[in-house]
Amino acid sequence: MDHRIYDLDGIDNQWCPGCGDFQILEALKKALAGLELPPEKVVLFSGIGQAAKTPHFMKGNFFNGLHGRSISNATGMKVANRALTVIAIGGDGDMYGEGGNHFVHTIRRNPDITNIAHNNMVYGLTKGQASPTSSVGFKTPVQVDGVFSEPFNPVAVAVALGASFVARAYSANIDQTVGIIKEAILHKGYALVDIFQPCVTFNKVNTYAWFKANTFDLPEDHDPTDRMAALQRALEGPPYPLGVLYKVEGRPTFEDSMGCYYEDDTPLYRRVYGPERIKDLLASFR
Amino acid sequence: MFRFPSKGNSDLSLVLCGAAGQGVQTLEEILVDSFRKAGYHVFASREYMSRVRGGSNSTELRVSSKRVRALVDRMDILLPLNGGIRANIRERITPETLILGDAVEIKDELADRDGTFLNVPLMEKGREAGGPVYTGIVAAGLLAGLLGIPPEIPEGLLRERFIAKSEQVVKNNLSAFEKGMGLFKELVAPKGVSADIPRGKEASGEMMLNGSDAVSLGALAGGCDFMSSYPMSPATGVLTFLARHARSHAVAVEQAEDEIAAINMALGASYGGARSMVSTSGGGLSLMGEGVSLAGITELPVVLHIGQRPGPATGMATRTEQGDLNLAVYCGHGDVPRAVFAPGSLERAFRLTFDAFNLADEFQVPVFILTDQYFLNSFYNVPEFDTSGLKVRRFLVESGADYRRYEVTESGVSPRSVPGFGGGIVGTDSHEHDETGHVQEDFELRRRMVDKRLRKKKGILSRVIEPTVTGPKSYRNLVVTWGSLYHIVEEALERAGLQGTAHLHFDQVFPLHPGTRSYLEKAERVIAVEGNATGQFADLVRKETGFLIEERVLWYSGLQVPVETVAARLLKLLR
Repeated sequence: MDHRIYDLDGIDNQWCPGCGDFQILEALKKALAGLELPPEKVVLFSGIGQAAKTPHFMKGNFFNGLHGRSISNATGMKVANRALTVIAIGGDGDMYGEGGNHFVHTIRRNPDITNIAHNNMVYGLTKGQASPTSSVGFKTPVQVDGVFSEPFNPVAVAVALGASFVARAYSANIDQTVGIIKEAILHKGYALVDIFQPCVTFNKVNTYAWFKANTFDLPEDHDPTDRMAALQRALEGPPYPLGVLYKVEGRPTFEDSMGCYYEDDTPLYRRVYGPERIKDLLASFR
Repeated sequence: MFRFPSKGNSDLSLVLCGAAGQGVQTLEEILVDSFRKAGYHVFASREYMSRVRGGSNSTELRVSSKRVRALVDRMDILLPLNGGIRANIRERITPETLILGDAVEIKDELADRDGTFLNVPLMEKGREAGGPVYTGIVAAGLLAGLLGIPPEIPEGLLRERFIAKSEQVVKNNLSAFEKGMGLFKELVAPKGVSADIPRGKEASGEMMLNGSDAVSLGALAGGCDFMSSYPMSPATGVLTFLARHARSHAVAVEQAEDEIAAINMALGASYGGARSMVSTSGGGLSLMGEGVSLAGITELPVVLHIGQRPGPATGMATRTEQGDLNLAVYCGHGDVPRAVFAPGSLERAFRLTFDAFNLADEFQVPVFILTDQYFLNSFYNVPEFDTSGLKVRRFLVESGADYRRYEVTESGVSPRSVPGFGGGIVGTDSHEHDETGHVQEDFELRRRMVDKRLRKKKGILSRVIEPTVTGPKSYRNLVVTWGSLYHIVEEALERAGLQGTAHLHFDQVFPLHPGTRSYLEKAERVIAVEGNATGQFADLVRKETGFLIEERVLWYSGLQVPVETVAARLLKLLR
């Protein structure tokens, strides 16, 4: 399938020229088309931030919700209809800051969704403040003496929480990013794809040159089913390893465990309910 | 001599109290079921402390030949299972109160009280039956003896309840029960204690349930198939009910990490075509405020059950109040069309929760069910809910290639599709958006979209529930209530015997029925009775209709206001 099927006409893209978001958008379209998924079978969830605008720049069902809540919206959707491909996409502030609690507990739930986080280590939409992943010492108009807090390590947290798929990519490596996103979508269960992405306007430290110098591909002998090895790799850097850090197959998904699918596979929107649904319950109160 | 019913009453009011974990609940449930199956009308209301063990919780049971559905202050009999009886119970003891208790356990705690204490060795008999854990069942036997309950009824219930544990446990329970009946015959009846309350046939075949059950049944009847919530007293009962029946009745139930996730999962599911619900209390609703606002702009249906308790903040976690009306009506930034129900009876709670799902789907708005701790934890018998004519309506369309989720229509309601239903794209956005759901900063479009959403208010109003008027058709005085006060005020007015006084009760508190003002104008005096400190409903009535209800009977101790207090306050104002 040609990935241009995902192009949307007449859009006014608001990203800065040279932004890594363009590369991620392109990679996502290529991954979806490469998997032969038509736009009407794909649902994109996002929150607030520059990355969260992605659903407005490509074709597909979308729910652009509140700041930090997209993976909760996505989890509900996946329960309502298991046949669709559900992707939650947003930036490091959205996923790891405002949505931190949901990030932790969605990983524990393991819904079959793909969680793409554009990680540029800075806030773009609000103009240059620190993000949860900014390095210590990073100076901003708010963190005037440099960031004091330790950076949040999403991949290590995800491995520690037992996420069933954890990967890290770098937006400039388009082919590798496409491959990782495809693998994440195919993975049955929660999949985190943290994607390093330069912010050309507000982050003058973590630039294209910096990411190039500070990333490397995971060696071929990395065993993604080895959780301790994955954790070790996740804690490494700089330079940071790129690729699938951890992957465990066969874990039951959240939506499959739900009572609504115990005896019935029909998506919820197709279900018909009548008064007979509670007949036995009414009798039980007599 | 204690003959029940006591003078001037037609029912027996019995109060049981004990520590959490001591089996008051088992005792209460066995008694309630036994009394009803034997043909009595029964009301039971529980008040409890926010702790897992110890303390002192109580249950009021009213047993009658007529329907009883309200809390009274009067205690004909107090049966404490242990000491540490709290002031809210002790203050209700009068010379007419018979106290049945074990002197070993109660010691001289009630020595300075007016009530008549009759020592019954409940503990000793419990121990004889197998251990102190059976003390409550001894008490059940004693009270069943007083009310002349055929022993096979409670015995059957005990067998049913404990058979899963072991035959020995059943045997011990039956033995405890029998010892209790014996205590009545040997120690209590000889002191002239008797009850003469005729039993009928009506109640024995009816349902016995509480507010949590009624809301949950209404939700299932209404097609609820997705529930995400964070446990919060007193609203947890609806979550546990649906969890218990999740597999058998095909509901997705999830305990979310917080209320923010709960409402956002519910809205995600609703976007996917589920009939979603959340259950929380005021504090949880505060956290859900942004989600309510999201439901407003995304036009996603969701039903919110709000079990009120006293605030602000943590307030009194296990107590009752009607203090979250303002929050339900106004929560969420921006203008969000909505409906708020506040059922006054179990029948209405069932029906209005059912209706809430259709209303939410028809107009793509949040719909609130406002209850409170008193309502959720109070049981009474009702005829089986009528489900004939209940039709779950889905209001979904298949999308075509040119589908626009937010098509501007005259009614304000856009045809709703969901992803995967048809070949179209379903877009939704928390930003102001165009018809396809994409963010646009266009000031003309903004006005069109706001107007479109607000036009739905007309449709919501066309479905509004009429308030209930009881009492004389032409009235001088009008008592106005909403939510859980319905039956309490009904009985209070009956008791007060005020001439020319009617009762106007609102099962729907927002939007208000267009006839509201004309009901109020017909009266010379209007008095609002509310379970909050400021008269939130009276204020809402003024804002919506311009009619000022100046006289207000307000109650906010954390305990539900009893019938006698309402009657006395109304008599003081109106006589």
